Amino acid sequence: MKKKIAVTGNEALAEALRQINPDVCAAYPITPQTDMMQRFSEFVADGLVDTELMLVESEHSAMSACIGASAGGGRVATATSGPGLALMWEMLYVASGMRCPIVMPVINRALSAPLNIHCDHSDAMGARDSGWIQLWSENAQEAYDNMIMAFRIAEHTDIRLPVMVCMDGFIISHSLGIMEFLADDVVRKFIRKFTPHEALLDINHPVSYGPLIVTDQYHEYKNAQNNIMSEVFDVASDVAAEFENISGRRYGFFETYKLEDAEIGIVILNSAAGTCKDMIDEARREGIKIGLLKPRLFRPFPYEMIAAALSHLKVICVLDRSDSFGAHAPLFVEIATSLYNCKQRPVLINRIYGLGGRDFMPEHVSGVINEMIDIAGKKIEIIPKKYISLRK
Amino acid sequence: MSSSLKIKELSKKEILLAQGHRMCQGCGASIVVKMVMLAIDKPIVACSPTGCLEVTTCISDYTSWKIPWIHSAFENAAATMAGVETMYRSLKKQGKISEDMSFVVFAGDGGTYDIGFQSLSGALERGHDMLYICYDNGAYMNTGIQRSGATPFGASTTTSPAGSAVPGKIHQRKDITRIMAAHNIPYVAQASPSHHLDLMRKIQKALSIEGPKYINILSPCHRGWRSKPDDAIALSRLAVNTSFWPLFEIENGKTRVTYIPKDKRPLREFLRPQGRFAHLFQPENEWIIEKSQAKIDADWSALLAEGACEAIEE
Repeated sequence: MKKKIAVTGNEALAEALRQINPDVCAAYPITPQTDMMQRFSEFVADGLVDTELMLVESEHSAMSACIGASAGGGRVATATSGPGLALMWEMLYVASGMRCPIVMPVINRALSAPLNIHCDHSDAMGARDSGWIQLWSENAQEAYDNMIMAFRIAEHTDIRLPVMVCMDGFIISHSLGIMEFLADDVVRKFIRKFTPHEALLDINHPVSYGPLIVTDQYHEYKNAQNNIMSEVFDVASDVAAEFENISGRRYGFFETYKLEDAEIGIVILNSAAGTCKDMIDEARREGIKIGLLKPRLFRPFPYEMIAAALSHLKVICVLDRSDSFGAHAPLFVEIATSLYNCKQRPVLINRIYGLGGRDFMPEHVSGVINEMIDIAGKKIEIIPKKYISLRK
Repeated sequence: MSSSLKIKELSKKEILLAQGHRMCQGCGASIVVKMVMLAIDKPIVACSPTGCLEVTTCISDYTSWKIPWIHSAFENAAATMAGVETMYRSLKKQGKISEDMSFVVFAGDGGTYDIGFQSLSGALERGHDMLYICYDNGAYMNTGIQRSGATPFGASTTTSPAGSAVPGKIHQRKDITRIMAAHNIPYVAQASPSHHLDLMRKIQKALSIEGPKYINILSPCHRGWRSKPDDAIALSRLAVNTSFWPLFEIENGKTRVTYIPKDKRPLREFLRPQGRFAHLFQPENEWIIEKSQAKIDADWSALLAEGACEAIEE
C-alpha cells in the first residue's frame, strides 16, 4: 500500500526535482513559482542533490543559461510563471531549435496589464508555437507524474526537445492535495542516466552550436523540427506505458470522462476539469448525457484521436482560460481544427472563464451545461464566443 | 606557466579560427580573436552573441571554430557562457568530466555595453570562472553602423548621422571598463591590437586568475569608421597614443597603466583619418573636438594619478 500524503503542487514539483537531481538548474523568482524553487534551494543547501543551482538576474538569462548548460551536455531544469515565461519567449525558440532537452514546470499565471499574479493559461498558450512539448496537469499528482515522464520524453534520442509541464498557479501550486510520491530509486531508475549528445564540453570533439542559416536551409531545418514533433506521440505513449508499470497510473494524450455515451461535452485544461467532473456527475444523476475531455499533451496536438473521441457529440463547449483577443481562444481553435474533417460535426461554442484567477464555480459549469442542452434542443441562438462569470 | 609570446614561437601555433570565414578584409575583430586564442594554452570553449563575428564564422554547415563554440542570441552571451561553465563545474564535481578548460566570450560592443549589459552584470556578480572579451568597434556594425553606447562623442553613424542640425552622436561613450571594474571582479583590462604583446600578456594573466575577468579590446572597423581597409593597426596605435584608448589593467582593485605614450598625440590625429569624424573638422563643430580633447586629457590624468607609478614605458 503506497503512502498518500497531502502536499501543495509546488511541494510536489520540488520533490520531483530532488528525485530527478538535474546537473544544472537556472531560475529566477516569480510568483507563483517561487516557493517551488525555494524548496529546491533548501535541498541544494542541505546537499541532498548534486545540482549546481544558478540564481540568475532574469528569466531571459535563466533560459539562456539553461541552453548553455544543456548544450554543455547534462540534465537541465528550470521553472517559471506568467511574465517570466513571456520574458523567456525569444529563448524558448532557441532551446527547441538547438534541441536542448530542458524540462520546465510552468506554474500558469496571467499576463500584465493589468498586473495579476493569479492563474490563467495566457503564459503557456503564448508559447505554444515555440517548438516545446507541452504537458498539462489537473492536480499535484499529475504535475508530479508529468514532470518525471517529461525528462524521458525530452531526452529520448529521437526527440531531444524541451518540455513544459503546466500546472495551475495558486489553485494547485499553493493548495494542498492528496497524492503519492514514488520512491527515489524508482524515479532514478525510470528517468535513467543522462546520455550526452554532441556535448559542447566534449573538448576533444569540438562542435559549433547556433549557426546562421538563411534562405538556403532554414525552411528545411524548420520542416525537420516539425517532423520530430510528430514523433513525440509514440515516445510519449511508450513512456506513459512504462510509467504505468511503476506507478499504476495510466496517462493518455488526453483524459476522457463519461464521454462514450455522452451527447454534450466539455473540453477543458488543468484544474478546472475537477470542478467540471463533479458537476458532470450531478448532471448525470438528472439523466443528462454529458462527458468531458481534458487534453494532457497539448504540443504536439493529437488531432485525429481527439476528433474520434468527440465527433459523436451534438454540442461541445470548449472552456478556455486564456484568450486570443478578437479571435477564438487557443484550445477552441485546436478542437475546431480536430473536428473539421469529420463527416458529422458537433456544434462548438467557446467560453472564456477564470482569467486572472477568477474563481470557476460549480454554477458556472451548470450554466454551460444548460446552454448546451438548449442548443441541442435548438431553443436558443448559438453565440460562438463569450466570457462567462462576468461581474455585473 | 604560460607559453612564450615570441613571434617565432607564436608562428608555430595553430590558429584556432580557420580561414574561409566571412569577416571583412582588414577587420579588427578577427585580428583580436586570433591574438587572444594564440595567447591561450588551455583548451577553450567560446561563446559569441549575435554580431559580426558570429554571423561570419558559423554559417549553415560550415564553422571556422576549431574549438567548442556556442551562439544562442544577442543579449545573453554572458548568461549562455555562464550556463556552460556551470554545467562544467557540475559535471567535474560529479566526476563526469576530467579535462581542464577555460571559458571565453567574444562579444561586440552592442552585445556588451547595451543589450547584453544586464546578463553580463549578473554573470560577474555570480562569479563564474570565465573571461569576457568585448571587441569594441564603437557601433552596431553588423546591422549597418547604428550608434551604440560605445560610439564616441561626435561620431557620425547611420542613426546619429552628422546633419545640419545635429553634429553626429551627442552623447559620451559609456565607460564600460570602469563599470566592469566596479563589480569588484579580480581582473579588468583594456587592450589594443596595436600593442599585441600587452594584449596577449593580459589574456594570459586573466586566464591565470580564477573568477570573472573582463577585457575591452579596441577593434577598428573600416566600414563603420570610414577608414582605409589596411588601417586597423595604425588606427588602434593612434587611439592608444592619443590616450583615446589608454592601456591599463585593474587587478584586485589596483590600477596599473600598462603603457604610457612617450609623445602623447592630439586627438585630432586619431579622428582625422576616419570619415565618421570628418564633419568635426568644419569650423562650427570644432567645439566637439575641443570638448573631447578636454575629457580625454582629464581622464588620462586621473588614470595616471591612479596607476602611473607602476606603469611600464615601451
